[in-house]
Amino acid sequence: MGGVVMSEIEYADVQGLLCFGYAHLTSASYALVRVRNVNAAKAWLRDAKLTSAVAQNAPPSTALNIAFTAPGLRALGIPEPVMAGFSHEFRGEMAEESRSRQLGDLGSNAPSNWVWGSYGQEPHVLVMFFAKPEQFDSFVQNAKGNTWSDAFEEVTSLGTSNLDGDEPFHFRDGISQPQIDWDQKRQTPCTQLEYTNIVALGEFLLGYRNEYGKITDRPLLKPDAASAGLLDALDAPGMKDLGRNGTYLIMRQLEQDVRSFWQFLYEQASGNLAEASQLGAKMVGRTEQGEPLVPIQDRPIPGMDPKTVKQNQFTYESDASGGRCPFGAHVRRTNPRNSDFPEQRLSAIRKLITMMGFGPKGFYDDLTSSVRFHRILRRGREYGSELSPDDALQPAPPNESPRGLHFICLNANISRQFEFLQNAWIASTKFSGLTGESDPLLGNREPISGCPVTGNFTMPGGGSLPRRVSGLPQFVTVRGGAYFFLPSLRALRYFAVVGNA
Amino acid sequence: MTPQSNFMVLAPIDPRREMELRQLLDSMNRGPGQVDPNNALLPFAEFDTLHFARFIILDDKTTEDVRVYGLSPRSYPLYLAFLGDVDGDANAFLGKLIKRTGKGLGRIFSCCEEFTSDTDLLAWMKQHHAPAIAAYVNWRGRTVRQIREENALYDALENHTEQNAATFQGLPPRELHEKLRTFVSAEKSAGRLILSPENPTPLGWQIRNLLHMLGLPLLVLIASPLLILLAPFYIIALRRLEKTDPEVCPTTDQKHSEDLSRIEDHDVTNQFSAMGSLKPGLVRLLTTISVLKTVNYGARHITRRGHLGRIRSIHFARWVFVAGRERMIFCSNYDGSVESYMDDFINKTGFGLNASFSNGVGYPRTNWLVRDGCIDERNYKEYLRRHTLVTQVWYKAYPGLTAVDLERNTRIRQGLERSSMTNEQAGEWVALL
Repeated sequence: MGGVVMSEIEYADVQGLLCFGYAHLTSASYALVRVRNVNAAKAWLRDAKLTSAVAQNAPPSTALNIAFTAPGLRALGIPEPVMAGFSHEFRGEMAEESRSRQLGDLGSNAPSNWVWGSYGQEPHVLVMFFAKPEQFDSFVQNAKGNTWSDAFEEVTSLGTSNLDGDEPFHFRDGISQPQIDWDQKRQTPCTQLEYTNIVALGEFLLGYRNEYGKITDRPLLKPDAASAGLLDALDAPGMKDLGRNGTYLIMRQLEQDVRSFWQFLYEQASGNLAEASQLGAKMVGRTEQGEPLVPIQDRPIPGMDPKTVKQNQFTYESDASGGRCPFGAHVRRTNPRNSDFPEQRLSAIRKLITMMGFGPKGFYDDLTSSVRFHRILRRGREYGSELSPDDALQPAPPNESPRGLHFICLNANISRQFEFLQNAWIASTKFSGLTGESDPLLGNREPISGCPVTGNFTMPGGGSLPRRVSGLPQFVTVRGGAYFFLPSLRALRYFAVVGNA
Repeated sequence: MTPQSNFMVLAPIDPRREMELRQLLDSMNRGPGQVDPNNALLPFAEFDTLHFARFIILDDKTTEDVRVYGLSPRSYPLYLAFLGDVDGDANAFLGKLIKRTGKGLGRIFSCCEEFTSDTDLLAWMKQHHAPAIAAYVNWRGRTVRQIREENALYDALENHTEQNAATFQGLPPRELHEKLRTFVSAEKSAGRLILSPENPTPLGWQIRNLLHMLGLPLLVLIASPLLILLAPFYIIALRRLEKTDPEVCPTTDQKHSEDLSRIEDHDVTNQFSAMGSLKPGLVRLLTTISVLKTVNYGARHITRRGHLGRIRSIHFARWVFVAGRERMIFCSNYDGSVESYMDDFINKTGFGLNASFSNGVGYPRTNWLVRDGCIDERNYKEYLRRHTLVTQVWYKAYPGLTAVDLERNTRIRQGLERSSMTNEQAGEWVALL
């Protein structure tokens, strides 16, 4: 591409979260803070020992990563012309009213009910602490240091729990992740005729080429004393790139009503727990153990982590009717595992025919967008105690502590990646030719104009009448959320010094 | 078949009465982006042949962009546009409209230039008609009435199959098809369901359609020796322009972006109106006209029903020149969010998008008319968003229904009307329920 130079990644400049989920650091907490004193905050940020993405022989026993909201950057005195370089979504914020309609944050999900992040009360900074359990408390204390409470006022501190790879509904989680093309070998723009798990670096890291072969917008600065430490922009000669090696981080606190989930399944299965579990698997799109509902294929999928082949080497090509894995199942909605065309590996002629609108004629054909433009990197953690399906059938004890997921994902383009996924694939009641149903796990069940019922779940019958479960309660409630910018280490230093006398 | 048609009334607003007009239009809404279908001024819901309608004040904020060509922007009057998509003849519809809501319409149009209390409304509207150079109809022949009847059919079938799920589940599809046929015909006899037969296609329309179908290719054929002769010159000129035409894709003003969002996503379908100036010069003008004539021809005679290329989420769309040949407006009604709409276009019909929009001032650089352009995704999206107008009033006759919903319902109805099916056909049909 004109003007875009390939550049090796400087891992020491990238926050570790982009490369690692820190699964071995089983203790974690998220401090959401507001700036109390700008100078103290800047001093704290300047001294903070961030964990970078440099791979170490012995994995670290602690890790610290930091991200900022738009109000947070403004609180630090980032000049408005710099702010204007960030995306509309980031500047507009998650809790904005129009955005709530798109994201399904209505009814009990509405920001006015959030425990953190509602309009006017946004956190400024997200500080993520990860450590081995025995070191956690001392690590957090050391990392905060003496100036923490001068610098910041804590909005909330979110604890996490380690459920050994399960999410609170008791299903295996985090099995499928996109593989980032760190070496920038992927040729873009391209036509993808087959599902691939490799995604262009620029989809997850600002400053590099994305799936369209372009570099996503981010603030570019004229060189001056403050910006001198930043890397150069690869596509704009003479400009400093504040975004490069950084990305956007989306956080949502999703409270899961585990009891209501299993009780509903149990009731639908007329009191048979094995059948309840099967229905649960249809809704999730995987069994509790994480097995997919369609067979594993022999054909390798590019970019598949060899460790996960047994649970991940599949597409829905063999299940075009949704008879095995329903179209509306959570994992099929969130990753339809498709390519740029409704048929995989098609010939040039067939491609042309399809492009002109004369491809497959079936009602359900070609209704889902190509997934490679809508991938996210998930980095969330659970909270609350484990509850087995058996126990979930019992009534809740008084004052039970909530459970759920501190959903965190990373992407370079919030509107095309996270928001598209949440809007068109999760919250939409019209996904893939369906109607009257949103995501069986995450849907808000709110009526929409002209459609009073949105609480269905349809399981195609493979030739016979589809089975439809109705009256799904809302299992997941959004309790908070915000859009953050996860800066590079250089950009963090810029934030810490810009505007200082 | 009842063919669909459209109208667009375009008139300059009397500057002294712009505020009054804005208030009048606002009074038709219950809230931002949500029309009251029974509003006193123009109760859209009373017209059962009206699919979509909108009022827009063509407040084009991008007229300054022509400065990149060294031209000084003209000061255009501010226009009001009133658009609709209807079953049958548009003029006949306007006649009906005036008869029922002439007073309300008169109040709105009285805010325009050259409209006085004794103006003949119908003649005035016809006189201010702005014809589309290209128009797309998702499903030619499907009337509002049919849409409503077929949706009632879907609801009835869903209720019936839910109540009888135990017996119906696992039934061979042909047997189920037969059972549902019987159910529907009983419901029809009892008057609980109506599935009106298609009206005969008007003869005049058939003749005009046939002439159009044959006429354009014939014209091209006759002109082909000349076209072939001119082609190399045209290509050289176009390539030169493509290499030098400046891009104007600054970040959209955050407030404009939020003003647009505020009126979006209140229904599963959204309105879209974008306006801009054409690149100067004959080559660009001729390219625009030829591309759009081709799009129009393709949409009318070639595309598969329910499809615009690969896109199945557009109900109606049209391209119209705004008073002269310098500026153009594109209006559509599409399903889903604007983000998914833009993605669909880029990823599925990027070539068509480039061909039809790249003649607008500032469009991301194309190559060979169809390549690149919108692939510069962020610039393209900023470009489009910046050119998008805030629509004042927007009406849709069937809230909650997407174009794909309409197709499903039509397919269900078509399947029901077949007395016999193969197992495979019946299986596909049952999967629609």
